Amino acid sequence: MNILEITNLKKVYGEHTALQDINLTIPQGTIFGLLGPNGAGKTTLIRIINQIIDGDSGQVFFKGEKLSPKHIAQIGYLPEERGLYKKMEVWDQLIYFARLKGMPLAEAKTKVDFWLHKLDIQAWRKKKIEDLSKGMAQKIQFIATVIHEPELLILDEPFSGFDPVNAELIKNEILELREKGITVVLSTHRMESVELLCDHIAMIHQSKLVLSGSLQEVKKQFRKKIFKVSLEPYAPLHLKEDCQLISQGQINTLHIPLRHLNPNELLSEMILLGEIQEFSEIIPTMEEIFIQQIKNHSDE
Amino acid sequence: MNKVFLVIQREYLARVKKKSFLLATILTPLIFPTIMGLFLWIAVGEEKGEALRIVEVVDENNLFFLESRDQYAFSFSNLSIEEGKKQVQSGERYGFLYIPKLNLESPSGIIYYAANNPSMSFISSIESGLKRRVEELRMHAAGIDPEVLEAYRTSVSIQAITLNNSGEEKMTDATINYGIGFFTGILIYIFIFAYGNQVMQGVIEEKSSRIIEILVSSIKPFELMLGKIIGIGAVGLTQFLIWIFLIAGVSTIVLGYFGMQMPQQTAMEMANPEMMDLVNMDSDFPHILAVIMEINFIQIALTFVFYFIGGYLLYGSFFAAIGAAVDTPSDAQQFVLPITIPLLIAYFGLFAFVLVDPTSNVSFWLSVIPLTSPIAMMGRASYGVPFFDLALSMSLLIIGFLMTTWIAAKIYKIGILMHGSKVTYKTLWKWIRMG
Repeated sequence: MNILEITNLKKVYGEHTALQDINLTIPQGTIFGLLGPNGAGKTTLIRIINQIIDGDSGQVFFKGEKLSPKHIAQIGYLPEERGLYKKMEVWDQLIYFARLKGMPLAEAKTKVDFWLHKLDIQAWRKKKIEDLSKGMAQKIQFIATVIHEPELLILDEPFSGFDPVNAELIKNEILELREKGITVVLSTHRMESVELLCDHIAMIHQSKLVLSGSLQEVKKQFRKKIFKVSLEPYAPLHLKEDCQLISQGQINTLHIPLRHLNPNELLSEMILLGEIQEFSEIIPTMEEIFIQQIKNHSDE
Repeated sequence: MNKVFLVIQREYLARVKKKSFLLATILTPLIFPTIMGLFLWIAVGEEKGEALRIVEVVDENNLFFLESRDQYAFSFSNLSIEEGKKQVQSGERYGFLYIPKLNLESPSGIIYYAANNPSMSFISSIESGLKRRVEELRMHAAGIDPEVLEAYRTSVSIQAITLNNSGEEKMTDATINYGIGFFTGILIYIFIFAYGNQVMQGVIEEKSSRIIEILVSSIKPFELMLGKIIGIGAVGLTQFLIWIFLIAGVSTIVLGYFGMQMPQQTAMEMANPEMMDLVNMDSDFPHILAVIMEINFIQIALTFVFYFIGGYLLYGSFFAAIGAAVDTPSDAQQFVLPITIPLLIAYFGLFAFVLVDPTSNVSFWLSVIPLTSPIAMMGRASYGVPFFDLALSMSLLIIGFLMTTWIAAKIYKIGILMHGSKVTYKTLWKWIRMG
């Protein structure tokens, strides 16, 4: 089941096209990475999903229904540029955000209690945000995003601005939320967190969708069919031109393209040359795919 | 709509809970009496504390006499002008009044020399003293005894009564109407500015602290704007209610202290015609009370509340739009100016036209055009406004407020998500057309 289905979405600001023919499906219960350089159109897409702005054409479906104000209660949003009322107390503030999302007062109170307890910060409930440290305020900010128990959580650059301790905390919370079946859309530049967290990704560049699919599929699509082989040679090696010697010594490490062979055939050839220590395919990192995609599509 | 109520509640409580609200609410009604008391105290202290001011008078006619009073004393002599001036220059005398030989039919050439610019009241008191003496002399010359004339001097005052087509009579007094119009008009002017500004600051706060994007993912920008304007307006109404109770309470205590009955009670008695006959009509006090009784306070109060709210809503949405368009309060100044202008026009129009002649053409237009009517109409309301004028003005105000809110909402909706871009009138116009 897909929690979001986006078809032919388009948005133009004056002369500038922010989104063009975006077709995207986000499966329920996954962590979905939304990638792309600054100004690519990510924030515009996120704002449309949050119904802050409207698309010019195309449609967005939430669990098969056309996106409408009643879905606001089921979406949680942590914007890249975020803040809280400085003069408002933690408790009042969280209750306010929960109720704005449509949660009844009694339930909101239980939830706020639950989260303050969970993050072990009950002592702050009567404190004003301006009296909290930045890290403390970040925790409150995160609670404010998830307090109404949304089915879809949209986090725009969640790790920027958070200190490493809080970033770790949020990472764990994200994983925990996925366990509960909540879908998380993660917009970020940080490719290492994409590799670590995301099940699916989509990449937007210059207002167009240039890539989408499950993380594994995407990586498979970009593999160069090069294998890394470490072996203790029986005799000095005579390498073909397209092979690369990475390190030499008692153990030699080589990068060998697959060419017309399949991996098993390559392995059986290698076995004849020495004692195999390691045999693995070189999978491109998301970072490499990201940079390569930007280069490719910028040339167009 | 439920969410609008949440925003109203937050905006209201966030302000009412503050200590500064309590302080402002309690202290503001005390500020004006305090300032007046302070001036009075200084003035009294000044008169007591200062040395006697001696003014040298040279009267070439030997006809005039000026009585010393307050801190002024007059010494008469036959010095020359030059000598008199020297006395002022050397500080020996506070001032020097020179009265040349006068033609009593058209006296001129009287000069007063002093180191300091003399006050208006001082000059006019000397003038009236001299004038009285000249008149006396001229009457003597014409064979009229001034005392006889004084005996015939009579005071006449006109009792103004308005008469409507059903024959109902009402006592009126322009001074009281003026006072009410003046007071309520200024109150609305201050309210629009003070609370409109709070709306603007509130929007800027939400925008600059970046709460706004979280808010608009939960609630429509229009609902958010409306909730903020209504919530802050409710704070203002609360403040005024407290003031009314405070003033009523204080006046009860003060009047009680002076051994007087509450004016309302006296007025109630006055309303009884039989009682009225018993009261000495020459005294001003019962007359004023009778006039106050005749004023339709409920109507004025309702009119006041309507224009108070209407005017605030009309301008409040403009203030919200400005707050949304800019990043910092200092950027807001250039946009606040144009909405200050109609308010100032209304404010000066109230004094220059409406209170002076509530039925003139200018007064009519000022009290009908929505941008000026909230202030200007209050100047007319206390005199009584024809039903047609009131209905027209109120409907136009409602239409005006719906229109400004509609325009402001468009600017607001786009502005709140724009950061760091320089906003000009051209951009605002673009946003209005886009929205």
